[in-house]
Amino acid sequence: MKLDDLMNHTSEWLKGTGPNSDIVISSRIRLARNLDKFPFPHWASKKDSQDIFLTVEDARAKIDFLKSTTTFRLAELDAVDKQFLVERHLMSYEHAQRTDSKAVIIDDEEIISIMVNEEDHMRIQVMQSGFNIFEAWNIINRIDDALSEKLAYAFSPEWGYLTCCPTNTGTGMRGSVMLHLPALVMTRHINRVLAAIAKLSFTTRGLYGEGTQASGNFFQISNQVALGHSEEEIIDNINGLIRQIIEQEQQGRESLLQTNKAMLEDRVNRSFGILKSAYIISSQETVELLSMVRLGSDLGMIKNIDRRTINELFIITQPAHLQKLESKKLTQQERDVRRASLIRERLKI
Amino acid sequence: MLCDICNKNQATVHLTEIVDDQMTELHLCEECARQKSEQMEQQFGLSDLLAGMAEFTNKPVQDKEVMTAKCKKCGLTFADFKKIGRLGCSECYSAFRQYLAPLLKRIHGSSSHVGKSPIMMAQKVTAPKKDKETGVIDDLAGLRQKLQKAIEAEEFEEAAKLRDQIRNLEKKE
Repeated sequence: MKLDDLMNHTSEWLKGTGPNSDIVISSRIRLARNLDKFPFPHWASKKDSQDIFLTVEDARAKIDFLKSTTTFRLAELDAVDKQFLVERHLMSYEHAQRTDSKAVIIDDEEIISIMVNEEDHMRIQVMQSGFNIFEAWNIINRIDDALSEKLAYAFSPEWGYLTCCPTNTGTGMRGSVMLHLPALVMTRHINRVLAAIAKLSFTTRGLYGEGTQASGNFFQISNQVALGHSEEEIIDNINGLIRQIIEQEQQGRESLLQTNKAMLEDRVNRSFGILKSAYIISSQETVELLSMVRLGSDLGMIKNIDRRTINELFIITQPAHLQKLESKKLTQQERDVRRASLIRERLKI
Repeated sequence: MLCDICNKNQATVHLTEIVDDQMTELHLCEECARQKSEQMEQQFGLSDLLAGMAEFTNKPVQDKEVMTAKCKKCGLTFADFKKIGRLGCSECYSAFRQYLAPLLKRIHGSSSHVGKSPIMMAQKVTAPKKDKETGVIDDLAGLRQKLQKAIEAEEFEEAAKLRDQIRNLEKKE
């Protein structure tokens, strides 16, 4: 697979399918794993980092399960390509910095990604559309087992998987669910919900993970505790919590429909109207308006536009995606124009 | 919208800062955002937070002895860890064991792993081991017996461990 092939392909997590996909965009699990005997990436020599990469790559090539994966070495990618991978959630923003011996392994369906030499030697990630965290666990557990058969992991029976940062020690696992919660935001219940989440040792982030602000009513919720609970327990806890948030959002949508239907229809249709007619639009405005259109489509106020089209628009209107579409570098002003025309084209009914 | 710092370029990065309970919103262009994020990293990163926690759990962290404690394998000192908030290699966990154990407990509320184990680890234990207390052989049948007992006694942490051991053994067979 070539990187550009991804451009003509919808990532698994954007398909808008799976359980509760009106509210849950995607479910994701990542495992932090390190090789025994090598220093952690930030402390490793160039030679060590190179050896770590070769060791992982060798194991990957021998695992049937990873046959349809491709390894991309970050040193060989340009800035737009790297940002493109970040926008598709296939790697972290941090991974795109200082690229020595860093790599990312991606499968054709964009379900699996393995970052090599990020904060840990391996950050294995599996993504699913909708509320599908158990399936994500089944897949990642098999990948992890297969890798751990070939690679000597840094592991202590007492403390579990030994990671670079003590916040990940133990299972090395983080489960995250990306939610779209416009009704909780509009009814101003969101702060209460977020406060409750924090009390339960879960964290909330924006669309692009660590350090990003929640925009367009998207919230990524993940576990903080990695030690002292089994993986299944952690997933059960996430599952229980997310289920409650989904219920609250559903109630919020119901109550808006009952008490404020005109306001809701106004906001949804104005947003749709702007998107269909704008000639210059920033990515921030796009995300906010698309959020309203997505809600309108979920509630049947906007017909003929399916969830997948809307989900895709969130990603292909991002800066690197626009530049890949045009096959050239675009200034910010050029991007805002190109973005608007792309949206008009896709939303034509 | 123009960038709040340079007032020249279009703002594309939107940042919420909370200082002393006061929330401020910043709208920055790419260039100013990059500079700002470097500044913030220097001012307050995860490393400070972790180091702060380590301090909390060990009264005499300022002790010279503690700060100069060094991992023999990779050369990282405890002072390095305090500064960067990251360990140097898996051996650091043994080297700084007495400081890390309370830190892990503080972060996770526990300091013992109950999750899965790597396959290669499980395979190393090949000879059937007898459980010291019960004398039951640690083969599949023995483990299943123990699992049943653990479930009956509602010792779910133990049960989870046993279940993983059984799974690993089953995969081998």
